[in-house]
Amino acid sequence: MRPILLQGHERSLTQIKFNREGDLLFSCSKDHIINVWFTHNGERLGTYDGHNGTVWTVDVDSNSEFMVSGSADNTLRLWNVATGKCLFKWEFPTAVKRVAFNEDDDQVVCITEQRMGHQGAIRVFNINREGDGTKQSKEPLYMFHPIGSKATVCAFSFQPGIIITGHESGKIALFDVKTGDEVNNNERAHNDVVTDLQLSPDRTYFITSSKDKSARLHDTKSLMVLKTYPTETPLNSAALAPKRPYVLLGGGQEAMSVTTTSLRQGKFETRFWHKIFEEEVGRVKGHFGPVNTIAVHPAGTTYASGGEDGFVRVHHFDDSYWRAKPYGDLEILE
Amino acid sequence: MPVPTQVVYDDEEIDYSDIEAKYQVQAEEGFEHILVVDNVPVIDKSKLEKLLIKVAKEFSRKGIPIKPDDIYLPWNDSTGKSKGYMFVEFANAQDATFALNAMDGHPFDARHRFAINYFTDIERFNDMDETFVEAKPEVFEPKEHLRAWLADPYGRDQYATYRADEVVIHWHGRPSQCEVAYERPENPKPWTEMYVSWSPQGTYLATLYRQGIRLWGGPSFQTQERFAHPFVLLIDFSPCENYIVTWSHEPMVVPEGAPQGPNFISPADEGNQLAVWDIKTGNLLRTFPAIPSESDSDPSKKKQMQWPALRWSADDKFVGRVTPGQQISVYELPGMGLQGKKSIKIDGVVDFEWCPLGDKDREDAEKDAKAGANGSKPTTKKARENILAYWTPEMANQPARVTLMSFPSRTVLRQKNLFNVSECKLFWQNQGDFLCVKVDRHTKTKKTLFCNLEIFRLREKDYPVEVVELKDSVLDFSWEPKGERFAIVSSSDPNLGNPGPGVTIKTDVAFYQLHKTKGDFRLLQTLTGRTSNAIRWSPRGRFVVLATVGSSSKSELQFWDLDFNAEDVGRKEGQKDEWGSGIQHLGTADHFGVTDVEWDPSGRYLATSATVWKHRVENGFAIWDFRGQEVEKHIQDNFKQFLWRPRPRTLLTKEQQRLIRKNLREYSRQFDEEDAAQESTVSAELIAHRKRLVDEWNAWRSRCKEDLMQERKAKGKGVDGEKHAEEAKEEIEVWVEELIEQVEEEIVE
Repeated sequence: MRPILLQGHERSLTQIKFNREGDLLFSCSKDHIINVWFTHNGERLGTYDGHNGTVWTVDVDSNSEFMVSGSADNTLRLWNVATGKCLFKWEFPTAVKRVAFNEDDDQVVCITEQRMGHQGAIRVFNINREGDGTKQSKEPLYMFHPIGSKATVCAFSFQPGIIITGHESGKIALFDVKTGDEVNNNERAHNDVVTDLQLSPDRTYFITSSKDKSARLHDTKSLMVLKTYPTETPLNSAALAPKRPYVLLGGGQEAMSVTTTSLRQGKFETRFWHKIFEEEVGRVKGHFGPVNTIAVHPAGTTYASGGEDGFVRVHHFDDSYWRAKPYGDLEILE
Repeated sequence: MPVPTQVVYDDEEIDYSDIEAKYQVQAEEGFEHILVVDNVPVIDKSKLEKLLIKVAKEFSRKGIPIKPDDIYLPWNDSTGKSKGYMFVEFANAQDATFALNAMDGHPFDARHRFAINYFTDIERFNDMDETFVEAKPEVFEPKEHLRAWLADPYGRDQYATYRADEVVIHWHGRPSQCEVAYERPENPKPWTEMYVSWSPQGTYLATLYRQGIRLWGGPSFQTQERFAHPFVLLIDFSPCENYIVTWSHEPMVVPEGAPQGPNFISPADEGNQLAVWDIKTGNLLRTFPAIPSESDSDPSKKKQMQWPALRWSADDKFVGRVTPGQQISVYELPGMGLQGKKSIKIDGVVDFEWCPLGDKDREDAEKDAKAGANGSKPTTKKARENILAYWTPEMANQPARVTLMSFPSRTVLRQKNLFNVSECKLFWQNQGDFLCVKVDRHTKTKKTLFCNLEIFRLREKDYPVEVVELKDSVLDFSWEPKGERFAIVSSSDPNLGNPGPGVTIKTDVAFYQLHKTKGDFRLLQTLTGRTSNAIRWSPRGRFVVLATVGSSSKSELQFWDLDFNAEDVGRKEGQKDEWGSGIQHLGTADHFGVTDVEWDPSGRYLATSATVWKHRVENGFAIWDFRGQEVEKHIQDNFKQFLWRPRPRTLLTKEQQRLIRKNLREYSRQFDEEDAAQESTVSAELIAHRKRLVDEWNAWRSRCKEDLMQERKAKGKGVDGEKHAEEAKEEIEVWVEELIEQVEEEIVE
């Protein structure tokens, strides 16, 4: 089907996210705005105004009630999804690069950048769901400074009190939030910056993408690399397709080097790889800049990609996507 | 625990002799500056002064000034004559070494040739143990067959790839048979530090290190030989793989305590840059200093060094070295002595090439050898002597000249004068049937260049020369292997000569063929307006690929067949057809950023690669079949080198080859069957492999799920799924009533 082009941002996309039902799509961008869209027709439902800098990251809870966002204006904000009101604002000395809800929607983890003499920090906040949500504690529940390489991405694991982090050096690690201890790590998970980390629905495995031109599938508990998907371009995002054994990878040469290298197409595509066989099965063209972020509908019916070019493209999968069995009739567990 | 009791040693009882021997002061050090000169004329006292002065003069002439006082001549008191040798003392050990190298074997007069040794050596030889110790016979260790790869049951070819720090040898055959042939086991040191290279017949793989080079061979690639040439940069094998030439930018130095022997650089080689080695023994045969560049006086015009610096004759018997402007020195192997004790003096010589050996020449040579072994008279005509071709530019009143000379008889076979020459290049056809001299000529005003091809026919009497005149400058020339055709790339593009970024030079490609009846080379076809700049003939002839390499915007590969009409590969029936009608374009392909194009030895596949040494975009390699269909393509970061493993000449006789050609149809049927069988087994294998992967995955997933279940139970929560189960799918039906139009009608009764 023809993709739906969402033209609501003036600058490049930083992250997009579906809610649990998949009917809403949240997108944030360097133009300081967060937009929310209806997935089925691409109509814009509304915007969340207030951030005063690049919005790096968003996440929405499973009831689509609250949304959190982190920005370069050094704030983490909690929003009411339905009304678009900012409910609470946490301020930090540096920019917020990544936020994520936990499974029970009562905690939020965020990474703040290491900059200007401030250490990078990982903080966990309690979200008070009572009342209208404006009464939140200013102080984090837990806070720690991971030593060594800077953390770039994070998420809650399925184990209580454990978060997964991806680092600039290519390291993947597990941290205990209470003590701040590194429980487990894989120093050589990637050879370059980890750019994205997305969990499987039950959080037992996850996919990471990296500037080292590959994406990898990891076991959440042991951090063992299960699968590797090597490509020929630096990757910015990787997503898992539910219901079908595919992973989606997006990237492209750095925006700054686009003008200095050849004008070859074939770098700004979303690549589909077979999750188990580690073979590329297809590519989807469209963006005219690197793909910065990819998200898949939780039911697996739709995927969306946000690019450096400022557009979000929403693709609804055709019937043939569900019917096609390129590798024969094999039953593959989710 | 027992306490060791104090032991009092008596010093007298202990035998210190071993320690004493070990730490004995080496007295030799004091005499290193003394040489013993043998083969000095035996004289009586009256002639002593005269002799000493003469000897001193001889030494001084070679650059080691000594005084008659430094010489000591021992006397035989009973006869009153000298003993025929003398001791010469030098200022230091270095001078002594220099003198030894310069004067050893020096002809003093008609009957006396100096034999010089270090004084310390004489001592050492004298002290040698006289008792004969039988050498232990070395246990024979069977070595791997160096040509084992040729016995591959599928007849596959091998290739080497070099990527990042990894060198891997692959098999290439049917898609199912492409596998890794050899990969070096985990090793902290990379297999090569610079690049790798096959020997010309594929027997050895050479890898380069800072310390020197190593040759590997056999199915498990074990070290065959190593050559210690520090900082080696360039290597070159002799055609029959008997010798190897190495070059390093750094002049050789022999550091203190370096091992010595026939395999190592000796002090006499110091300062040299080129080395010739024997591959089988690993011995260093000879070293040469750097080639004096023509324009040493003018460093701004310094020409690039020519490589290979030493040119091998096709039978490995001779190796030649040109001193630009002066001479060609030909050395005879295996001794590496100057052939005929003198170089061929040619004023102004720029470059030369040996004539390659054709299949026919080889047969003749073999017959000769056989006949020689039987002692009978050679029945056929004698095998052709080696031929070398060289050219000299215009000098003084003499025109430029191309000369064919047979060797070792040194007779000039043919000479051709040329005018207005700015540059010549010599191209031999690989069978040695033709020599094409590409002559770049300038017009009278010296402003524009054009090109002549002077084609020498080596198999005809008096070596006739034919001239093909062209208007444009020729960028590339290439003979069809074993054929009578050649292809040229010419260009009249104004941008030629000043390449800029993004400039693609327009070229024309032309094919020429020897006309059987008319007996001259005629144009077959010209393809105009191309961008191709490289010609790659298939090693079996007939097929040719025109490639655009090294361009940032174009990267086209064109596959051509020159005998499209010929049904049978063996017989050329194209003659009956219209001239040039057999040329057919088979396909076009594109490999972005291609830098190297190479046919496999069988002529069935073509490999193209983009190396990181030239640019950093989409490095990797691709393999195509002869029609331009992509067989495989791998884009790999940091890809450096792709090399097909060459094959030696076939061992089949002509008769056997003819038989194969005759039964080609039968063979092809067999191969088709094999192909089909292979395909089905492959797909079965692949399916099994996938099944295994899926099973592994599913097993892991179920374990994970169990884990998760327990985790949740421990947390006291319901199993996932329950939470969201009730709201699986909500279907909301909404009835919308819309009022489209309201009309009020009044009914009048």
